[in-house]
Amino acid sequence: MNQHQESVYLQGHIIDSLVLAKVLDLILMMGGTFDLEDVHIGKTREEPSHALIRIRTASKTLLGDILKAIQPHGASVKCEVDCRTASAPADGVLPDEFYATTHLPTQIRLNGRWLDVDRIEMDLAIVVNEEGSAAHALPMGDVRRGDRIVVGREGVRVIPLQRPPERDVFGFMESQVSAERPHGHIIADIAARMRQLRERHRRGQVDSKVLLAGGPAIIHAGGRDALAWLIEEGFVHILFCGNALAAHDMEADLYGTSLGYGLTAGRAVPHGHEHHLRTINRIRAIGSIEAAVASGVIKQGIMAACVRQGIPVVMAGTIRDDGPLPGVITDSVRAQSAMRAAVPGVGLALLVASTLHAVATGNLLPATIPTVCVDVNPSVPTKLADRGSFQAVGLVMDAASFLSELARLLGRPA
Amino acid sequence: MNRLLVCPPDFFGVEYEINPWMRLSNRVDHEQAMRQWHALMQVFEKDVGVALERMTPIAGLPDLVFTANAGVVVGHRAVVSRFRYPQRQREEAYFEHWFRGHAYDIITLEEGLFFEGAGDLLGFPEYWFGGYRQRSDIRAFTVLSEHFHREIIPLELVDPRFYHLDTCFCPLSGGELLYFEAAFDVYGRTAIAERVPDSLRLTVPEVEAVKFACNAVCVGKHVVLPTGCPTTQHWLVARGYETHPVQLDEFMKSGGSAKCLTLALD
Repeated sequence: MNQHQESVYLQGHIIDSLVLAKVLDLILMMGGTFDLEDVHIGKTREEPSHALIRIRTASKTLLGDILKAIQPHGASVKCEVDCRTASAPADGVLPDEFYATTHLPTQIRLNGRWLDVDRIEMDLAIVVNEEGSAAHALPMGDVRRGDRIVVGREGVRVIPLQRPPERDVFGFMESQVSAERPHGHIIADIAARMRQLRERHRRGQVDSKVLLAGGPAIIHAGGRDALAWLIEEGFVHILFCGNALAAHDMEADLYGTSLGYGLTAGRAVPHGHEHHLRTINRIRAIGSIEAAVASGVIKQGIMAACVRQGIPVVMAGTIRDDGPLPGVITDSVRAQSAMRAAVPGVGLALLVASTLHAVATGNLLPATIPTVCVDVNPSVPTKLADRGSFQAVGLVMDAASFLSELARLLGRPA
Repeated sequence: MNRLLVCPPDFFGVEYEINPWMRLSNRVDHEQAMRQWHALMQVFEKDVGVALERMTPIAGLPDLVFTANAGVVVGHRAVVSRFRYPQRQREEAYFEHWFRGHAYDIITLEEGLFFEGAGDLLGFPEYWFGGYRQRSDIRAFTVLSEHFHREIIPLELVDPRFYHLDTCFCPLSGGELLYFEAAFDVYGRTAIAERVPDSLRLTVPEVEAVKFACNAVCVGKHVVLPTGCPTTQHWLVARGYETHPVQLDEFMKSGGSAKCLTLALD
């Protein structure tokens, strides 16, 4: 986290004297930024005002220079304390008062030093290692008795997102959801990012993976070929889905239908509702999707592309699944862990046509990862934002149109 | 203001350099200083009609004569100064002793919180201004404002020649203000202009500011100020003040004039 910060306190008759304005101007003029964390303005002329200002700089030297420059104007560094910790009382149980994380970059103060919290994710706890030299976010279920868990709020600070240098749709970091906004420029910005990320991924650079979490509507709506093309061309590097997306993708390959509907004819075919069951049964007989692709039973589509490109697929099961397909993780907690394990290294997340997988994936992503949520139903991006993933850009449109346009912009032949 | 605290200049001289006016080479003419000080006292007692409380001068404390820096007095309470420079810190005990001997309740600021008395704290009845950066610490005003339930607007002093607020800023009894604008930054000038309307402000010309035109004592409609400040005097007269110019150039060798030589007690 290339950022240094310190909170200072300013009090007295700082408003009419313009001392507060002067201090804030000094911070900006010297190249720092600030947040006014708490401002109280005196109600009468006699009553003093006070302000708590958090100063941020790109370098420690600059932070020191700014503190030195504003100190004569009465700004005093707020007394900081270490965070408190308590032992987990039992496996899977957090101490009372445990600190619950946000998905924003977070630091804790230990032995007078600020430490970054690794693997940050919303709604987890923070565990500190025995030496007190490192900390990471930890799900409740993974806690072991005796783990040193951060409690209370002192000594914990959350760092707001910095506006990214790219001046594209992700720069606004807001999840306005509307079916009535033009989509073209948003998809163009996503394509530009994906082109960049593919280059970076090929050069082995960090945080260059594109994660796609998708629902079966991708297949029903006709987005299968576009997504398979994106995977084959190296634009997508991780796939999260459920039993259904995989089943209907392979159903399409074996029978030309998706949930019994002929994908080209566009109408229900006789006994078509059995196709996905027969597909699942066939793959179960073969033993795995990988083997089905390797043996040539499954030739085209999303799953075939994933196997050929060797990209990791996490399939999380639900209580309405048929089968399920081999490889579907039916234990939700295990599925969540598998998804969590795949998140590090992600530089862009596309959540397409799935409420369940979109929200589940959104919960696992740090706010620093640019995220797009595409659904015909505006309630999905809204729900995602309501659950705290405010960084997600919402696109109200159907999955096939989105994927086809994205693939076209990335060079897929018409 | 019926009483002023003063200290005869028996031991006055330039013995160190802690402001741009002080030059060890620029020796004080002792006889002349005594004459100028007594002339000033005569103006106060005879022309202005105030009572004077005389402190006992102390050998080795040449600046004890500048009683404006003893502290600040509000009613029966006195805040004793905490000087920034060690050369003047020895005066603190004598000023405190005088206040105690005259039954004032003493307010002591924490150590290291510099505050140089009425030299840096002046104002109108409803609100005050505090000069900071050169000598007093801005944080002292927060403490004083709590003690006296008074708004204190801090003003940064940006010109080392005007190291105390009373060297460049003089509120008058009718609500007018004499001040030297360039001694303040844009924030300070704006804060002053917000409080004192244009028609009540005289921005003293630099040629008179460096003669310490603003280091004046206003008692009712009387203003006692150093000689050589015709523009200031003219402006004051036009507003109905009676001016009393006094030759005080010996004290300017230490960076002080009429106001620095007095402390208002009531």
